[in-house]
Amino acid sequence: MADKKTLTFALMDPPYENARSTTALRLIHIAAKRGYDINVFAYEGSVYLAFAKQKPHPNAMHGRNIEEENHVLTKDLVSSLMEETKRNGSKFDWVNCGLCVDERGATEAVEGVRRGSPGDFLKMAEASDNTLVIGTRG
Amino acid sequence: MASYLLIESRDPYDSNDVWFCCDLAKQLTQQGDQVTVFLVQNGVLPTRAGARADGLSELSKAGIEILADEFSLRERGIPSDRLMAGVKPAPLDVVIDRLAGGCKAIWH
Repeated sequence: MADKKTLTFALMDPPYENARSTTALRLIHIAAKRGYDINVFAYEGSVYLAFAKQKPHPNAMHGRNIEEENHVLTKDLVSSLMEETKRNGSKFDWVNCGLCVDERGATEAVEGVRRGSPGDFLKMAEASDNTLVIGTRG
Repeated sequence: MASYLLIESRDPYDSNDVWFCCDLAKQLTQQGDQVTVFLVQNGVLPTRAGARADGLSELSKAGIEILADEFSLRERGIPSDRLMAGVKPAPLDVVIDRLAGGCKAIWH
């Protein structure tokens, strides 16, 4: 692909808490659909985006079982983004900050996620056409 | 001349530092840079026609491109034809387009 680009995203927010995580995954999805190579550095609470032990739940308040509730899990979104890039022949490198993982006990991640450090983020940014840092709200 | 994409995700009714993006956009434009302000999430709230949004009005008067994420507008029930003058609805794809084009992007 002549115009193949590499984009890096740095994330900080945990799932299910605010719109930034949703917007970040929307952005990554657009890049994946275009066949770009994608790097993600998950820092702080965002290491839980790919946490493998996320589980769907029923909604007793609305009388819905697990199937009816059809709860979206970010770990599944991360996996599907990886599958989409694989289908497109693109690279997808998702690195969870190791210290952030240890602090939070988020050691089980979906397949394809690797452990790293902020040094990996620097390498990703240097090897990319561009980088977007979606910082948490200060 | 550099190209900048300033992404504002906060609204001025909840955050008192939202106009950071507007101030930065004006300063960059004054020094000759190309600037687009992209509003997303609650950042689209002040785009409603009639809303108090002096900062955005100033940007519009200065000729700075102001885009509002279509999805965020729909989520908040803001019709695309009820936006303040100078604000255009746009897909989130614009952010990826600009990143791929080498634009310097800042998220706030």
